[in-house]
Amino acid sequence: MATKKFMYLNRKAPYGTVYALESLEVVLIAAAFEQDVSLAFIDDGVYQIVEGQNPEGIGMKNFSKTYHALGDYDIKQLFVSAESLEERGLSIDDLMPLVWEDEDEDWAEKPSIQVVSNAELTKLMSDQDVCLSF
Amino acid sequence: MLHTVNKSSFERNSLQSCLNTIDDSSVILLIEDGVISAAKNTKSPMLADLAAQGRVFALQGDVEARGISSKVADNIKLVDYAGFVDLVVEHGTAVSWL
Amino acid sequence: MADILGAEVDEEGFLVDLKDWTKEIAVEMAKGDDIDLSVEHWDVINFLRDYFEEYQIAPAVRVLTKAIGKQFGKEKGNSKYLYSLFPYGPGKQGCRFAGLPKPTGCI
Repeated sequence: MATKKFMYLNRKAPYGTVYALESLEVVLIAAAFEQDVSLAFIDDGVYQIVEGQNPEGIGMKNFSKTYHALGDYDIKQLFVSAESLEERGLSIDDLMPLVWEDEDEDWAEKPSIQVVSNAELTKLMSDQDVCLSF
Repeated sequence: MLHTVNKSSFERNSLQSCLNTIDDSSVILLIEDGVISAAKNTKSPMLADLAAQGRVFALQGDVEARGISSKVADNIKLVDYAGFVDLVVEHGTAVSWL
Repeated sequence: MADILGAEVDEEGFLVDLKDWTKEIAVEMAKGDDIDLSVEHWDVINFLRDYFEEYQIAPAVRVLTKAIGKQFGKEKGNSKYLYSLFPYGPGKQGCRFAGLPKPTGCI
């Protein structure tokens, strides 16, 4: 099977709508088929990877934990819009410390999150074979 | 690239987000409630600039359905479904802004 | 609805409610598949349960294989070894014994 470059654009906050969870499930399925997958978090999508989520009180599954598994699925590139963070008064320190383990370097943990400008996102998007929006 | 926008810019920020990350060779196709942004005199200078460059399209069926044919800005081109397909073929990777 | 030791299972034999799981249920499920659970089986079952607790998902087989190799040694980190323990698939059968839902991306 030929490998294609897939980028998932995440633009919605978690819990209020089902977009974030649906995206995550599709991402895991695509990655299980060993495609080249990256994620972008734009607009309220940045709230999907904010540290300290606890949806227990609203009776929902805390799927923020699942983002920590992305590295196991060889998803090592999570791009976050710098402008979107800034507009919301957030910084990279407010995000979960998501990492992937480099098997070739004795499982050294390397950061997955890259904060990028909208201009850089533009370029990244145009490099993809497929962009999927959620 | 081809960017489709299917929400009114008065209700969601989809169009603005699209405009934030669009490159010089991309075009925008307004579909569904996105066509509301095709009306003359809407307050989106950047969309107007792109329209002036011939890079903004709107899906005719959606425009007609909403009764705004006479309001569409002159430099926004109307396309039918076959025209939609041509845009996809011509511009490659499509991104939808929901 | 079918049940195993009083715990409800779906048409594929997966537990409906994860909280119903006990070791006895795992043993009973294995017996139904003609498997006598060994220490090696339990290593995988416990790994799957820990993984689910931490990440809220059952790992894909590829992920499971890599992780088992990392934790229990390279000679165990391959699908031949895992299939020798779980002939119906380490993901599908292993997750079922572990009381987890079917792994995401598992057909």
